[in-house]
Amino acid sequence: MIEIRNLTKRYGSFVAVDDISFDVDRGKILGFLGPNGAGKTTTMRIVTGFMPATKGTAVVAGYDVANDPIEVKSRIGYLPETPPLYVDMTVEEYLSFAARIKQIDGKAVPGAIESACEKVAIRDVQTKVIKTLSKGYKQRVGLAQAIIHDPEVLILDEPTIGLDPIQIKEVRELIKSLAGNHTIILSTHILPEVGMTCDEVVIIQKGKIIAKDTPDGLARSMRRSEKLTVVVEGPVEEVSAAATGTEGVVAILESSSQNGQCSLILECDFKHHVRKSLSNMFSEKGWSLIEMKVEESTLEDVFIHMMSGSGRAQS
Amino acid sequence: MRNILTIFNREFRSYFSSPIAYVVIGLFLVLTGVFFYLLTSSFLQYAANLQWQAARMRQPAPPVNVNHMIIRPLFSNISVITLFVVPMITMRSFADDKKTGTLELLLTSPVTTAHIVVGKFLAAFALYTIMALLTWVYPLVIVLFGDPDVLPVAIAYIGIIGMGAASVGIGVWISSMTENQIIAAMGTFVALLFLWLVGWFANFSSGAMGGFFQYLSIVEHFDDFAKGIFDTGHLMYYVSLCGITLFLAHQSIESLRWRS
Repeated sequence: MIEIRNLTKRYGSFVAVDDISFDVDRGKILGFLGPNGAGKTTTMRIVTGFMPATKGTAVVAGYDVANDPIEVKSRIGYLPETPPLYVDMTVEEYLSFAARIKQIDGKAVPGAIESACEKVAIRDVQTKVIKTLSKGYKQRVGLAQAIIHDPEVLILDEPTIGLDPIQIKEVRELIKSLAGNHTIILSTHILPEVGMTCDEVVIIQKGKIIAKDTPDGLARSMRRSEKLTVVVEGPVEEVSAAATGTEGVVAILESSSQNGQCSLILECDFKHHVRKSLSNMFSEKGWSLIEMKVEESTLEDVFIHMMSGSGRAQS
Repeated sequence: MRNILTIFNREFRSYFSSPIAYVVIGLFLVLTGVFFYLLTSSFLQYAANLQWQAARMRQPAPPVNVNHMIIRPLFSNISVITLFVVPMITMRSFADDKKTGTLELLLTSPVTTAHIVVGKFLAAFALYTIMALLTWVYPLVIVLFGDPDVLPVAIAYIGIIGMGAASVGIGVWISSMTENQIIAAMGTFVALLFLWLVGWFANFSSGAMGGFFQYLSIVEHFDDFAKGIFDTGHLMYYVSLCGITLFLAHQSIESLRWRS
């Protein structure tokens, strides 16, 4: 649906986007992850036809943005970082303008407004002036504007920024519900967001793609060791010593004891069956095992790992 | 065409959903009204004086020309007042969209930059035209109580509207270069003031240079219209100035894509 090839954008000598390529399949949500200033917005602006690339091509639904900008623009719904709202208008007036400028036929406009408002749940504020709305509602009006012409592709630049936790949850669910009918690119610098909403992740830093995978795959591929939390009934020194002696345990990260129970956080080699040997060892020693839990490495870890420069590009 | 109409509709309504249209039109009518009052009262004084003198000389009073004494100076004044009012009409045009980010909506919608520029220009120009035509009450008063030639009034309005097309064009262009409304208004005001004052420079320079300055002056071209003389040359000046500035506005918005 979206093919991006060798896209480069230079501002003078500054390279904002450096030779990036990726694809998004129909109906998928792609998370575009990176710190602020990594080139996310620039890439999105190129794909939406807001600005041209220095080099490379972006093809949306078979049309090259550089050659057929109007065709591409009519197939894209775009929500910039700050929703582009005319705050003096009512929600209805604004959406009517958005619908018309996106080439919806005059007679079909009321229907389009109604269904967009339904999807983003803003029917209750439809007649209000936009500047009187809360940030969350404004964001949703922006989203309604992006989906009003039922575009094949949705491009959302940091759609949850500045919202409160409940609103964030709602917007995420909304985005997920839109996938399938729409192909979505979503940029964010919030890591859990990608894991929660996206089918695929592209991590970009300083204009370069440094990783490209599914959220799960990414977490798995960088994981060489796992963290294990163990709670055992027994004396802490002996338990620690015994645990260190077990094959596969690399280090004890934390240990503490309380009421005769000691809890340890162990770093274990991924290759060995550490959990099995540990539980066997504990039962041999007569200590009862209260709890054993694998700490999944989060995208947070992936990100820090990648950003620290030790990560290699994966594809 | 449909796209231009869509942009036009939104822009035109936005003038009336904010106080801008009312303030601008009100201000304009008050200023022109003051000039109309001053011109009329001095005309009446002059006419009364003539009559008194004629009566003293035991002669019939000579005819006085209202067109010459009220209508022509009135339209000259209106033309100058528009120079002050146009910046207020056009300052928001692109500057506001750039500031609030709505330009991103326009530029990522399936419309061309030309549609956007023309739509915005027409909205500002329509507001200007409505404002200018609201002054019809002044000539009407003269028609009711005097006996002016009406054709020169119509020609003067063509001149006012032509001049408006040029100055609104300049305003839209300058607004497209900044995201600050105050700068847009000041810039437009200075540009229009320059095009007005450049006519005075013409008086101090001779030869080709003087002629050039004279040609450049936006108000100089209005003189004939105020006199009731319809000259397509003057209209062409306004139309070309409008065309050039809209082209420049188009280029300035397009260049944003390359630079920003």
